[in-house]
Amino acid sequence: MPEEAGTKNVAAKKIATKAVQIGVGSDYTGAISPPIYQTATFRHPALGESTGYDYSRTGNPTRKVLEEGIALLDDGAGGFAYSSGMAAVTNLLLLFRPGDHLVVTEDLYGGTYRLLDAVFRRFGIKTSYVDTSDIYQVSQALRETTVAILVESPTNPLLKVADIPAISRMARERGIVTIADNTFMTPYLQRPLDLGADIVVYSATKYLSGHNDTVAGLVVVKDEETAERVAFLQNSVGAVLGPQDSWLVIRGMKTLGVRLDRQSENARLIAEWLADREPVTRVFYPGLDSHPGKKVLRKQAKGFGAMVSFEVINRGVAEKILNSIKLVSFAESLGGVETLMTFPAFQTHADIDPAERERMGINDRLLRLSAGIEDIDDLLDDLRQAFDGWEAHL
Amino acid sequence: MKIGTRILHTGNEIDRNTGALSVPVYHASTYRQEKAGEFGPYSYGRSGNPTRDALESIITELEGGIDGFAFSSGMAALSSVFLIFSPGDHLVVTEDVYGGTYRVLTQLFNRLGIEATFVDFTDPAKVKAAVRENTKALFAETPSNPLLRITDLQVLSETAREKGLLTIVDNTFMTPYLQRPIEMGIDIVIHSGTKYLGGHSDLIAGLVVAADKETAARIGFIQNAFGAILGPQDCWLLMRGIKTLKARMDMHQQGAAKVAEWLSRQPEIRQVYFPGLPDHPGKDIHDRQAGGPGGIVSFRMKDGPAARQVLEALCLPALAVSLGGVESIISYPVNMSHAGMHPAHRERTGVTDDLVRLSVGLEDPDDLVADLEAAIKKI
Repeated sequence: MPEEAGTKNVAAKKIATKAVQIGVGSDYTGAISPPIYQTATFRHPALGESTGYDYSRTGNPTRKVLEEGIALLDDGAGGFAYSSGMAAVTNLLLLFRPGDHLVVTEDLYGGTYRLLDAVFRRFGIKTSYVDTSDIYQVSQALRETTVAILVESPTNPLLKVADIPAISRMARERGIVTIADNTFMTPYLQRPLDLGADIVVYSATKYLSGHNDTVAGLVVVKDEETAERVAFLQNSVGAVLGPQDSWLVIRGMKTLGVRLDRQSENARLIAEWLADREPVTRVFYPGLDSHPGKKVLRKQAKGFGAMVSFEVINRGVAEKILNSIKLVSFAESLGGVETLMTFPAFQTHADIDPAERERMGINDRLLRLSAGIEDIDDLLDDLRQAFDGWEAHL
Repeated sequence: MKIGTRILHTGNEIDRNTGALSVPVYHASTYRQEKAGEFGPYSYGRSGNPTRDALESIITELEGGIDGFAFSSGMAALSSVFLIFSPGDHLVVTEDVYGGTYRVLTQLFNRLGIEATFVDFTDPAKVKAAVRENTKALFAETPSNPLLRITDLQVLSETAREKGLLTIVDNTFMTPYLQRPIEMGIDIVIHSGTKYLGGHSDLIAGLVVAADKETAARIGFIQNAFGAILGPQDCWLLMRGIKTLKARMDMHQQGAAKVAEWLSRQPEIRQVYFPGLPDHPGKDIHDRQAGGPGGIVSFRMKDGPAARQVLEALCLPALAVSLGGVESIISYPVNMSHAGMHPAHRERTGVTDDLVRLSVGLEDPDDLVADLEAAIKKI
């Protein structure tokens, strides 16, 4: 019976279907929802024999369902679940050695920047930050010692779009590994491995889990050899995702398609609304015709995602909006069913040097909105009342 | 207040809002902020979670430290502590350390430029002799895994102080109920919370407690930056486990003492390792620094085949890795807990194929003895 259920899952072709089917009938009971194996260790049938599971740090059946699920969605040879997105990124960075050089998207998530700048730099791993939406800048940053390009696309928070096929091609020619942080898109909208990247990394806290109720990270690798190296690190360093959280991510992924459809639509309508507001000086949303990355993203992704960043006339107006929103929560993080607004310069990107932040455009006038699945009328009403009276804050 | 009482009443186990005697499980990954520029006590689940905070406060109080940190596994706790060091730093580590610790030091951190020398910590002179110009820390397990060797923690912390080194102790086998290394001058205490603290073989977790603010700040930075944190459900389960720590440890020790005494009288058993036995090397030191022998008994059969026969013949203990749960677990260190160790290193430290490790659970010890007796007779 389980085999039959498995065969059915393989027959699914569309990502939304594959996501819904994760773990369905995956064990002997035929349970539609996979069980939570809250166990540390597994009894061996006999000395030198194993059921395939020995110790939950090394492998746990619930975590396995999630790991195989994300590998299936992303078309990879292996998937790995971690206790946070940063733990996932750390595990990948531990593949490298002192003296190795990385080329990294300049306006990437502040936590990744902190990790590279405050931990891995100390271990002799060097990083160049470039605008990865400009392939020329990427090529100019490559050195003899470059081992990997870490690209976020669209970027956080400025939603710049990198040409993943072009970057991967250039990297492959030089024996460099391409790692794509696909948190903003998920495999529902973009599959970096199919576009030529070697490794995909996620903060599963965001769209994959989707309910602002789990902290988790995922990695998918394209080839078996890398999968073995990553598995060794996952087990040795032990930054694994617990069974309850693994199950919550699986549960979240089942609604990935419907959530992202609704979130993307809300984001588009919010972006269009924002573009017409007087105190809004710039809107960053890759679905707008004015967005420079729209063409590239349309080629490599199935949609524009649900993140909208916007710049207002001054810091006072930005703070006024944050202090006035009622339905939308002022909070870090993104990707959940509830709409959130963030002040990147003081929250997610607070660890980046202020001058550097200003140069990139992550200034004190920039707000980031993660569109949820609420009714758009209520969201626009909330934004409208939050904007009302902005003139008094000039 | 006695430690057995403090386990239940550190003051962190009650929910401040409702008075609930069990802390709520906060699954939230993020927290709503009221005003721009004024952030509340919590921002993002990786950086801080009220359920995790309660657990971290409890372990900090029990170990007598300044701050505590919960990680997704014991190895994540160890790796996070090792990440506070820098390339060129050198560590002196007890030679019969847990195989997973040995593996991460010799196959990952060495590549990152952190060197480790493994020596016999029962001999303070050997520890001193291994210290170099670039040594930054001494890392001990006492009693050690699986041979239950004893390190004098007072002497260790004095040695470290003289030379300006940090001391790190893996206190997994004892828990703060039986041994509190920080009271003896140790700087960092590490636990696999999977074992006695969790106590039910149902979760994977790691804990770290730091004795001073500066060390705590370094570890806290890594916990947030690396993000190998413990999830809220597992934090809650671990707190639930800690509530019965005293009752469980008392019974684990009683059972282990009975089993160890019985084993030491059997002619088929070449040697028994248990800090409660009168002739156990280092017993004086252990009695001085710990409140009891713990629940782990290792023993040596006449050879590898005999050890494997006993392992296969036992019915009651589960043949499995791990330890410290309510169920007895029997394991074969040479290809389970210490498989990650180089064979020559295993040979040198006595982790050989005739050795069996038993984590004595809460079953009636008479049943365990009867099961062992039947298994030994089959050889």
